[in-house]
Amino acid sequence: MKVLMFGWEFPPHISGGLGTASYGLTKALLKCGVDLIFVVPKAYGDEKPGSIRLVNASDVAIDIQDEVFREYLDKMSYVEVDSQLVPYATEEEYFKIVEKTQQGVTAEKGSIHSSKYEFAGGYGKNLLEEVKRYAMVAVSIAREYDFDMIHSHDWLTYMAGKEAKRITGKPLIVHMHATEFDRSGETVNQQVYDIERAGMEAADKVIAVSHMTRSVVINRYGIHPDKVVTVHNGVEPPQTENDLEIKRYLDEKIVTFLGRITFQKGPEYFIEAAYKVLQRDDNVRFVMAGSGDMLNKMIRRVAKLGISNKFHFTGFLKGDDVDKMFAMSDVYVMPSVSEPFGISPLEAMRSNVPVIISKQSGVAEVLKHAIKVDFWDIDAMADAIYGLLHYNALPETFKKYGKEEVDNIKWDQAGEKVKEIYQEFLTQS
Amino acid sequence: MKSICFYFQIHQPFRLRNYRFFDIGHKHDYFDEYANRFIMQQLAEKSYLPANEILLGLIKKYGKKFRVSFSISGIALEQMEKFTPEVIDSFKKLAATGNVEFLTETYGHSLASLKSKSEFFKQVKLHEAKIKLLFGVKPKAFRNTELIYNDDIGNLIFELGYNTVITEGPKHILGWKSPNLLYCSATNPKVKLLMKNFQLSDDIAFRFSVRNWSEWPLTSEKFTGWLNALGPKTEVVNLFMDYETFGENQKKDTGIFDFLKSFPQVVFDKSRFQFSTPSEVAAALQPASPLHIPYPISWADEERDITAWLGNEMQNEAFNKLYDLEESVNSCDDQGILDHWMKLQVSDHFYYMSTKWFSDGTVRRNFNPYNSPYDAFINYMNVLADFEIRVKKACAGKVKEEVKKAPARKRVSKKADEKPVKAAKKPAARKKAGGSAKK
Repeated sequence: MKVLMFGWEFPPHISGGLGTASYGLTKALLKCGVDLIFVVPKAYGDEKPGSIRLVNASDVAIDIQDEVFREYLDKMSYVEVDSQLVPYATEEEYFKIVEKTQQGVTAEKGSIHSSKYEFAGGYGKNLLEEVKRYAMVAVSIAREYDFDMIHSHDWLTYMAGKEAKRITGKPLIVHMHATEFDRSGETVNQQVYDIERAGMEAADKVIAVSHMTRSVVINRYGIHPDKVVTVHNGVEPPQTENDLEIKRYLDEKIVTFLGRITFQKGPEYFIEAAYKVLQRDDNVRFVMAGSGDMLNKMIRRVAKLGISNKFHFTGFLKGDDVDKMFAMSDVYVMPSVSEPFGISPLEAMRSNVPVIISKQSGVAEVLKHAIKVDFWDIDAMADAIYGLLHYNALPETFKKYGKEEVDNIKWDQAGEKVKEIYQEFLTQS
Repeated sequence: MKSICFYFQIHQPFRLRNYRFFDIGHKHDYFDEYANRFIMQQLAEKSYLPANEILLGLIKKYGKKFRVSFSISGIALEQMEKFTPEVIDSFKKLAATGNVEFLTETYGHSLASLKSKSEFFKQVKLHEAKIKLLFGVKPKAFRNTELIYNDDIGNLIFELGYNTVITEGPKHILGWKSPNLLYCSATNPKVKLLMKNFQLSDDIAFRFSVRNWSEWPLTSEKFTGWLNALGPKTEVVNLFMDYETFGENQKKDTGIFDFLKSFPQVVFDKSRFQFSTPSEVAAALQPASPLHIPYPISWADEERDITAWLGNEMQNEAFNKLYDLEESVNSCDDQGILDHWMKLQVSDHFYYMSTKWFSDGTVRRNFNPYNSPYDAFINYMNVLADFEIRVKKACAGKVKEEVKKAPARKRVSKKADEKPVKAAKKPAARKKAGGSAKK
């Protein structure tokens, strides 16, 4: 069984969720004996694809006289992307994007009308242009290679998948890692939404990373329920088992929020819950680690509540500091307003930190040993924090079973499921 | 005879280093030794030393006729002693001439006058002692941090034994009145007030090198002409400014030093002005009228109020959280804690948290270590969190003792009715300090 897979990133050049998730899945699929051709817009040359055949779309020439492309070229106009279109990006990437947008840097790496096109990769200002160009290249690739299935990860690659299907007639699977509603709340980017919907309509099957995402796909994109299946993400085992011996210098217990400080992540609910806990309990400190467009507003809110001697901001944390932060934490809270999956609580649990997660996250569907609250229910959140801090049996239980639970959330299961989906089509045809 | 009253302020804070959340609880080095040393050395070289040299030359040349006054915060003096002792020596030379008056202020260039009477008193006395020790004189006039003043502060200063105060001469206080007269406090007429002539002061301090200013270039002759053009009732022109005006805010190549050098001669030749120090002015003149100043004024911004330091929720929060520790700090005698307590009170920390984008703060912006007021707040609160832990540990034993003594204290406080009075004043001051009634 051979699958042509369209991705947008490949390790080590990943910006977070999408790259990690598609990589985790491909590895699991290889284990199940699935052959993969993985296409990325831009390969850097230092990827270690293992047995995956990595195709660099920037190397693929297209014949611009070809009728197939005519239509595209005629329609293609230079479109600047101003919104943050990134599927669950890490904070670092988020920062870069914001910086890029602010500096107004656009990568002019060759004309769209030339036969070869150097993709900038990543998420620049001309993202939509690249997405379309990627679709054109997909046609060449689809003609060149032999495969049974097409699998596209997130909207960036949907047009490519769609074109590959049009040319070859092979079944198409699109994989929803995040919807435009997760990224932008109710103020969706219509172009992105349209691409997402067209991709899902053209697809033979839609894979959603959680039931929550599945229901968004059904209700807000009008995709037929029979066509949409949920395959939960897995989590990679830690790269290096370096149990940092972190010395704790603070006597108080520490409750942590770690992530982008943006609307989607619900930082304000964490602050309000912290305020409630601090009214009762002085022996605790709260930490908001990360950066984002809501940071300054959050700082002002904490100052206004008069709790800033117990509520700390660390700014953006990188590398070891993230592990350090987990190691110092007694409770991890992810109050996301909308989270298609949400991998960070799994990382916290791996570090033996009990977690409180919002019911509005995909990960809540797979975790048993976590406290789940509605993101807006600050009383429940405060209760949960207080309970984990004071009733020792609770964190002990969560630690004991949580770690085991996380260790069992593997990509292998996801790989098996996806393979089953592939097989359905192969037996049909 | 009319007077020109030159007053120069010198203050530099101990700036905080980038103190991270992970440092809380075990790292107690808060200050950016390198930056503080570098800035002080730069200022000494570009401004303090050459300007002192000129002043010394002028005093030698004109004798008793040329007089100026300084206020140097205790924190700045500490940095000079540590990083540039030659500046201290240079000021000692100036002090020895007898033509230079040193004013007193809060040791830590703090905002204690708005919050805590006891801390305010403590700091003024410390500064007095420092000036006495270094320059051999007991200050006779007072200036508060950033010229912050109101009636309450006037009363406090009087209680400390001072009856001459210098402050800003803002339009909303003076109205039609001239800043060029001596005033007194309406609540305590013994307190004499010298009001800054901000127009003429800022012509030198801010506009001197502004090329699109219609009066550029400013010469001694032109400036003396303006002095002569002031009304016949003029008694004193108070020219108050940062000492960094000479050589830093106005760079050497703008000609600011030449201006300073040539100005006295032109004044002597072409006007009927003389040079006086604040306490001489207060002794020589009769107050023209009492002034009511219910809300604190300062020399900052267009508003001339205290919102540059206590104008947003972050500043109020940091300020309140800091002074919440006062009692505990005073109960312990750890020198390290007391030293940091002083350095954390420095007003600049709060100034860095200001969100007033168009403040005149441009003056000290060069030395602001932060990218944004939010960074300033986070960093300060991290440091304060560590400081609080140390204070609590250091005075843990003390507090227990006090608990034992508690009943006895109750009786005492009934007798001494000083405390309730203080408490009654405090909320008023705090309200003005930024609207937060929180303790």
